Amino acid sequence: MTTTEKPGWKSLPMGGVVTEPGSALKYKTGDWRAFRPLVDRGKCVNCLLCWIYCPDSAIIRHEKWVEVNYDYCKGCGICAHECPTKAIEMVEEQK
Amino acid sequence: MTVVGLTGDEAIAYAVKQSNVDVVAAYPITPQTIIVERFSKYVADGEVKTGYVCVESEHSALSACVGASLTGARVFTATASQGLALMHEILYITSGLRCPIVMGVANRALSAPINIHGDHSDMMGSRDSGWVQIYAENAQEAYDWTLLAFKIAEDRGVQLPVSVNLDGFIISHCMEGVDVLEDQNVNRFLQTRKPLFTVDPEKPITIGALCFTDYYFEFKRQQVEAMRNVPEALARTCKEYRGMSGRNYDVLEGYGMEDAEAAVVCLGSTAGTAREVARKLRKQDKKVGVLKLWLYRPFPTEEVRAALGRVKALAVFDKAISFGAEYSALCSDVVTAVHTLKEQPKIFNVVYGLGGRDIQPSEIELVFNQALEAAKTGILKEKTVFLGVRE
Repeated sequence: MTTTEKPGWKSLPMGGVVTEPGSALKYKTGDWRAFRPLVDRGKCVNCLLCWIYCPDSAIIRHEKWVEVNYDYCKGCGICAHECPTKAIEMVEEQK
Repeated sequence: MTVVGLTGDEAIAYAVKQSNVDVVAAYPITPQTIIVERFSKYVADGEVKTGYVCVESEHSALSACVGASLTGARVFTATASQGLALMHEILYITSGLRCPIVMGVANRALSAPINIHGDHSDMMGSRDSGWVQIYAENAQEAYDWTLLAFKIAEDRGVQLPVSVNLDGFIISHCMEGVDVLEDQNVNRFLQTRKPLFTVDPEKPITIGALCFTDYYFEFKRQQVEAMRNVPEALARTCKEYRGMSGRNYDVLEGYGMEDAEAAVVCLGSTAGTAREVARKLRKQDKKVGVLKLWLYRPFPTEEVRAALGRVKALAVFDKAISFGAEYSALCSDVVTAVHTLKEQPKIFNVVYGLGGRDIQPSEIELVFNQALEAAKTGILKEKTVFLGVRE
């Protein structure tokens, strides 16, 4: 991570205060991921247990299946663990 | 002019009463207890509108203060010794979150062995926590500096916590005549705190967010700048206070420093005793002086250098030990301040008064004579003197 393109101490708000609400969206935590959840749409029954359990709200709902938002998914694997039809597989990220 | 009989602790409580403090959260500990005890009486008697939070420890006391301060409130607390030690991690959070909290510290020795009497071990152990440190010489100064501390802490360029230190028992429990200001004058002087950020549902902000390798350093650099802004804010505040009270405050106060060949540097109540001894010695045509520091953090390096420029020998009094270091805290800072002088004074460290052991005028006279000898011969016999310890 480069630190030179970010704002310096003179322009940052005092004491680490974040002045803009909802700015966590700008923090793409997806690059923390070591394992990537892959959804098999054939097996998915759209029960939405993964959507309920995902601690990062990184499951995107569709009409008949779910998709993972890889911008925010940290790869914790809870979705794969909870999926009753084993439709989600955790695959190691390629370097 | 209204002079009332107050102990140092009571003088601080009285100043806090006049400061329209919104929240006080504190836990009793000797020799600070009287500060919050007296203040809780003001609350119970309806003399103040302050929210008083009873907590189960000093760790919780300062944590509650931080929360209150972040909402924009004016906040005060007080502690000493083990209580300050228990607050330690929150001290850094207070300064890191830039909470202009004022805290009275009735300085007391740290365990073990357990002891309740006065020395500076508690606050010296917290000297890198990002708090402004002020040391009062007597009850009057404790009163005045408490009022000044709110204004300095809340200064736009500062926004840092300030500790007002008073020697445990020697000042905290000693009753003196204190010239107090009229309430309306204090109101005009302090006004209402104007916070840079407040908690407002209409304008949500995040406080205390996680800062990793890419941002943490920048916020520490901001704190350095805030510390650098203290002397200017202090000078401006003291000038305004002088106009109102007629009393002069600054970062330090010298006695006989214009032509002193040998001098004593110290903090707090010891300065009064040292000045008396110096007065006596000057009558014997001995050129001695006393330099008392009101402000210890940020350390007034330039002012100390300027005051000590002509001195040939110097005894720096530390009421705390920095174990394993060449010099204890104050001496170490003084050495750093004068090391760029062309003609270096001979400096020795006097560690004294640990666990509240009294310091006698005769002992200070002995030190002055040692310093005068070093000034004359240019030779230091010892680097550190443990004054009054039994061999």
